[in-house]
Amino acid sequence: MNAITHHNAIVADRGASGAPPVLEVERISKHFGGFCALNDVSLSVPAGGLVGLIGPNGAGKSTLFSIITGFIAPSEGTIRLRGSPVDTLSPFARARAGMVRTFQVPREFSHLSVRENLMAAIPDQAGEHLFDLFFKPQQVRIQEEQGAALVEETVDFLKLKRIADLPAVKLSGGQKKLLELGRVLMTRPSVILLDEPFSGVNPVLIAEIIDRIIELNERGISFLVIEHDLEALTRLVGRLTVMDYGTVIAEGAPQAVLADARVRAAYLGGPA
Amino acid sequence: MDAYLAAIVSVMLIYVLLALGLTLQYGLTGLINFGMVGFFAIGAYTSALLALHGVPVVLSVAAAAVVAGISAWPIGLASLRLRDDYFAIVTLGFAEIVRLTLTSEKWLTNGVQGLSRIPPIYEGTGTAAAFVIVAILLAVTVAAIFLIHRVAHSPFGRIIAAIRDNEEAVQAIGKDPARFKIQVLVVGSALAGIAGALYAHYVTYIVPEQFVALATFYVWMAVIMGGVGRVSGAVVGTAILMFFLEGSRFLGDFLPWISSVQMASIRIGVVGLALVLFTIYRPQGLMGDFTKR
Ligand SMILES: Nc1ncnc2c1ncn2[C@@H]1O[C@H](COP(=O)(O)OP(=O)(O)O)[C@@H](O)[C@H]1O
Ligand SMILES: [Mg+2]
Repeated sequence: MNAITHHNAIVADRGASGAPPVLEVERISKHFGGFCALNDVSLSVPAGGLVGLIGPNGAGKSTLFSIITGFIAPSEGTIRLRGSPVDTLSPFARARAGMVRTFQVPREFSHLSVRENLMAAIPDQAGEHLFDLFFKPQQVRIQEEQGAALVEETVDFLKLKRIADLPAVKLSGGQKKLLELGRVLMTRPSVILLDEPFSGVNPVLIAEIIDRIIELNERGISFLVIEHDLEALTRLVGRLTVMDYGTVIAEGAPQAVLADARVRAAYLGGPA
Repeated sequence: MDAYLAAIVSVMLIYVLLALGLTLQYGLTGLINFGMVGFFAIGAYTSALLALHGVPVVLSVAAAAVVAGISAWPIGLASLRLRDDYFAIVTLGFAEIVRLTLTSEKWLTNGVQGLSRIPPIYEGTGTAAAFVIVAILLAVTVAAIFLIHRVAHSPFGRIIAAIRDNEEAVQAIGKDPARFKIQVLVVGSALAGIAGALYAHYVTYIVPEQFVALATFYVWMAVIMGGVGRVSGAVVGTAILMFFLEGSRFLGDFLPWISSVQMASIRIGVVGLALVLFTIYRPQGLMGDFTKR
């Protein structure tokens, strides 16, 4: 626990030191027909930061993730990755640029094994081009071997060895969450957006995932994490943003934010 | 009897090529192409017309592959913007448009009269020639099996399987599903084009009415009975299809009071019944369906 508190302090320092944010969400609004799912939402993730995003069900958190990663077009606003707007980039191009997400409901490749799921996410594989597949078989083979070695690292890191050859459809909900984390790691991202990584995960595994995320963060990967499990989240993040009804209602250090009267009213379901 | 067997095997091998194309598109990638026969027709007419104008058959067949592949391009672009079910309808419509165009553009295709005296795959008559033709068709089919098998068990095959499972998740790991889908449609359609070309040179006489949607559904039946997503399933499924199609032909000998028109309907009925029985008793197909492991 001490190590984690210490870690949070480092993140807070880095955030305050004025390094440019890795991710900036600027005045995003989204209307679904007449329904306003997001209204003028802004937030940022400092380089090397670990930011939490909380809010009641239907607050617009997942919608915001989809807008940040390009799966849904915003009605208004801009997304910047390392200072450059990415609004015209498709989801896959944003992922290639280093910004990846997981989904609230895991989207594993159900008929591929865990290893194949991870292999699929390795960028720039010659074997994914039909020409190279038939005319550069040597290069394809070498890359497959190198890829398999990288996959083993991730399998070890996330402790997936026991299930590595199972088709992903056979995994438990928590294992699928881990697999999705592994899959985005294979893309060598600079910022990862996790949508409820602990939902449906048993407490032992939650502790594991928290450790892994902190380790990755210490290696320089930034995180934006949606989570309902407040206890888990406050162990993890150095900063918290709170949303309700499509707007940001509070932002700051976890303790201060959670003490905020509006947050308690909206999120904790009662007056302060 | 030898000639009859050679004929059945020849037709079967041509259907196997179509089934391999569909295995790539639907079995491996999940693209629902109800317009297979359209690309088959484009291949048949392209190769027939070129050969009738003196182009060697080897080159005209290659050209058929290219033209059929290229004509899949706009369909591929449509697939990017459409939901699966709408895309299926577009492919069905595409094949109908191809057939109606072949019927109406008489200056090029000779309309409903069709094209005759198309140069054969191999000049010669008798059983020996029939077996040479079988050998050529077999060589092409084996090459296609090798091709599809290699694609299925490759990094490319991994991504198209991923697309089949979840397209958005493929985008989420930084890969563009559009590129893969278009390539799969082009390659599968080129295979159908080759099948059509070989068919034209095999029967040496083609009319638009040979290219109706029923042919597409025969291919679908073969793939479903053989096992979706299995390269071996395309071969085995086509063999089963031919067994029922040809087997029901003999029914006519035992039931002489049935007219040939009724017989044609009965054949379709028999194949349909086979499909129904398969989906009830062996839904994964004979060789197994990788999506249901
Ligand atoms: N495609 C959509 N069309 C209409 N309404 C939507 C759509 N997607 C999300 N919503 C609505 O937007 C609101 C925010 O949803 P969501 O972002 O999933 O919330 P959260 O992740 O915070 O629980 C919800 O009321 C939801 O019903
Ligand atoms: Mg959500």
